[in-house]
Amino acid sequence: MGREKKIKTPKGSQEGFMKYSMTIAAGLMSALMVTGAQAEVESTDPIKITTHDWTGQVVNSTILGEILKKAGYNVEYVQADYIAQFAGLQTGDLHVATEIWETTGREAMDEALATGNVVNMGETGMQAIEEWWYPAYMEEKCPGLPDWKALNDCAAEFATPETAPLGRYLGGPVTWGGFDDERVEALGMDFEVVHAGTDAALFAELESAYQRKAPIVLWLYEPHWAPAKFEGKFIEFPPYSAECYNDPSVGINPDAAYDCGKPTGPIWKVAWAGLEEKWKGAAEIIKNYKLTNEQMGDLVSKIDLEGVSTEEAAQNWIKENESTWSAWIK
Amino acid sequence: MIRGRPWLSFRFWFWSGLFLLTWALSSFSFQLYKALDARWIIRFPSKYEVPLASWLTDFFKWLQNDATFGLFTFRDATRFVSTILDWPYEQVRSLLIDGFRVGAGSSAIEVLPPLGWICVIVIVVALGWYAKNRYLAALAGACFVYLAVFGQWDAAMVTLASVLIAVPIGVIGGLVLGILAFRHDWFDKMLRPLLDLMQTVPVFAYLVPILVLFGFGPVAALVATIIYAMPPMVRVSTVALRNVPVEVVEAAKIVGCTKRQLLWKVLVPSAMPTLMVGVNQVIMLTLNMVIIASMIGAGGLGFDVLASLRRLDIGGGIEAGLAIVVMAIALDRLSQAFSRKPPDPIPPKGASFVQRHPWFVTTLAIAGTIYLAGFVLPWLREYPDEATITTSVFWESAIRWINVNFFDTLEAVKTFVLSYLLLPVKRFFTGIPWPWGVVVTGLIAGRIGGWRFGVIAALMALFIAANGLWAKAMITVYLCGVSVFIACAIGIPLGIWAGSNDRTNSVVGAIMDTLQTLPSFVYLIPVVMLFRVGDFSALIAVVLYALAPAVRYAAHGIRSIDPQLVEAGLVAGCTKRQLLWRIKLPLAAPSLLLGLNQTIMLALSMLVITALVGTRDLGQEVYIALTKANTGHGIVAGLSVAFIAIIADRIVSALAKSSENRLGLK
Repeated sequence: MGREKKIKTPKGSQEGFMKYSMTIAAGLMSALMVTGAQAEVESTDPIKITTHDWTGQVVNSTILGEILKKAGYNVEYVQADYIAQFAGLQTGDLHVATEIWETTGREAMDEALATGNVVNMGETGMQAIEEWWYPAYMEEKCPGLPDWKALNDCAAEFATPETAPLGRYLGGPVTWGGFDDERVEALGMDFEVVHAGTDAALFAELESAYQRKAPIVLWLYEPHWAPAKFEGKFIEFPPYSAECYNDPSVGINPDAAYDCGKPTGPIWKVAWAGLEEKWKGAAEIIKNYKLTNEQMGDLVSKIDLEGVSTEEAAQNWIKENESTWSAWIK
Repeated sequence: MIRGRPWLSFRFWFWSGLFLLTWALSSFSFQLYKALDARWIIRFPSKYEVPLASWLTDFFKWLQNDATFGLFTFRDATRFVSTILDWPYEQVRSLLIDGFRVGAGSSAIEVLPPLGWICVIVIVVALGWYAKNRYLAALAGACFVYLAVFGQWDAAMVTLASVLIAVPIGVIGGLVLGILAFRHDWFDKMLRPLLDLMQTVPVFAYLVPILVLFGFGPVAALVATIIYAMPPMVRVSTVALRNVPVEVVEAAKIVGCTKRQLLWKVLVPSAMPTLMVGVNQVIMLTLNMVIIASMIGAGGLGFDVLASLRRLDIGGGIEAGLAIVVMAIALDRLSQAFSRKPPDPIPPKGASFVQRHPWFVTTLAIAGTIYLAGFVLPWLREYPDEATITTSVFWESAIRWINVNFFDTLEAVKTFVLSYLLLPVKRFFTGIPWPWGVVVTGLIAGRIGGWRFGVIAALMALFIAANGLWAKAMITVYLCGVSVFIACAIGIPLGIWAGSNDRTNSVVGAIMDTLQTLPSFVYLIPVVMLFRVGDFSALIAVVLYALAPAVRYAAHGIRSIDPQLVEAGLVAGCTKRQLLWRIKLPLAAPSLLLGLNQTIMLALSMLVITALVGTRDLGQEVYIALTKANTGHGIVAGLSVAFIAIIADRIVSALAKSSENRLGLK
């Protein structure tokens, strides 16, 4: 990248003069300008909270950020990739990540925690659920749902030209893991797993099928707006246990692992290790901060389905739950 | 060509033999493996796989954490570069949208408000008028009014800010590298493969290393954009400088120009029209990158597209996507007008500043007045929210209507194409055992492009196999091959039609412009709704995107045929059909092949994006590496895509050259 170095340094660039936040939408800058003359804080440097590309996480980060502001801290939102952000959290470029899902981010989180530069700030209070899901209208065609055996009995209903005679199950992107291929094999299900490339593609198919009332069974997760927008249920597999995943002899199929449902798990908060030193009070608040699945589902469906802006939804939450968060600030 | 008995030629035997052998091996590779008990036939033995991916990952970790030049570390150096890039970017952004502030984060205080929407539109209109005429002014103005009226203003200004920074850097950097390549042959030779890689390695592959080295935020996105958008400028600069007529250079030498004067006062000005083509390309590619750049923190319109598609707000996605198209059209037309603009008349001596710069002063006065008025009347600065309109509901219901009413028809078409075209081709390519694949790549490349290229191509194929990516690569080749075939089958006739009819040409041209600048994500999601996740959806998206060059080059080829030759054909009594098949098409062949080349390149670059709707090819590997932040794996898969592109490029170029030679065009 030698060529960029040829450009002369403009004066004053090193001072970091006027370095602003990478806000979610540039327009909301003015809304964020409210500053308070609150209690003294350890440092007025901005605490950088990451935002990702899904609504729930953005509103979650915004609420946490607003609470920190109420306590007098200076906050900056930085848009960063879900996994790539760990590189920034390790070096202190970024400070707080509000949602690391046990189900999708565990590996990356453990790796980062192992370096000692990133610390776990505890659970967010939300539980991630990930499982096979079907829309309610399928119960007519396939009585006995949500039991997985009933699903298997009418696998033919879910068949498409590419998968026939097997039923088609639309799995998440390959990167989400989930062991669905293994599950189908272990439980002897007449389904073929097709992987969506992104969750946008996943929900596009659901929307399309829902409009036509066409058969579909696919991977959904909670907290998310989809289970709120579309009526339906998660399939009930034999309950998950760690042994079932690790030990073939456990479960219905004595010769195979993964003969059960998927684990549910907490969503974690993580932070740069230097945070506690630099902003001790803020670290306390971040540790205290909690949301429930219901609250999150409510927030997300307001934003995604009713068109309320993220900032407005966050502000409303702050207004309505004053007693909750004022206890965290103390 | 050998006439009469073509089956006697060596050429005929070579190609048909090669095909039959490949076909046989592909169909029976599994039986062969069972019969010989040699699993290495279908799978590259894993113990010989090169752990290149993990070496690369380690290398980047080292760069990031430990690399040092003594006084400062490698990371300090890249961070220094980001600070330098960050400063002008922040200024432009403050000017356009954020306003100038003091302080950081949420405790910043606004000192000066931003320009506001009317000011920006005034400036754009003035630029259009100055560059060409009032029609261009109206067009550019209308484009920006669209952004305001459809509520895309804020996001569009963020995007414009990054374009305004990335384009000058891309242009100047490209020009400097181009000049160096023009002056020194060794530099040119060294640069060329690098440019090939910059253009063919999928952007996803280097996003993570860039993030790590340049920090989080818009700067990393700017760097990625510049890497992606600069190569055409380098190439165009070199070509433009080489094509400056010898007489001009001689004349300059006679009047005693120094080397520097020769370059800046003679060569660069005379090459200016061609150089502006490069500038135009840089602008277009920068806008192409808007979406991907927003994945790593560029924000703006790209982020709006991604965010609305994530919550399946198709209408919102289309609106933000069209805003990108509109902006591309405005910037494209403006830059083209500047490239054709005759130089200003030299003002008389002793003219005042106002007389010398009438445009600048007038625009400044109007914009300044509006800016000041904005302190009193806020709507002059911020477009009122109540006056925005949205078509989102219309798009939503259009897709729903097609989905509910035509799904079965579409499904039937899809099943037909899948079972009679896609699946057989897929079986053919994925069946080819890797050792034979390496050999056959070498043979084809060697036969067409000379033995040296043959060896290089075979080595590239071996690289892919040795990294355990052979099967994925074959799926890439199959999807890309079928898409290119369909794109050409549709695009070439369309191009021929457009080439022989001006009115068709303007309509087709506009559609192609839209298809190329409309972010592919925007139509990927509706395509998935109508055709489900899978190869067919990917195929449609790739064809839509790669169609443009096939059409453009075909039209160009037909238009640039010497009219005398057509005349001669008519005199000789050719029918219309004969005229097309015997005269026009053969003469347009080099141009058609060039179009084919570009179609392949675009198809490959789009394949990486279709990974987002679930294809299982190299693009998916690159994407997985991106989401897992696995630098090494991403680069290796990215290089494999680049190698396929380079092999295809060289083969098609060699074919184009030999057809030119045959026609005596060069």
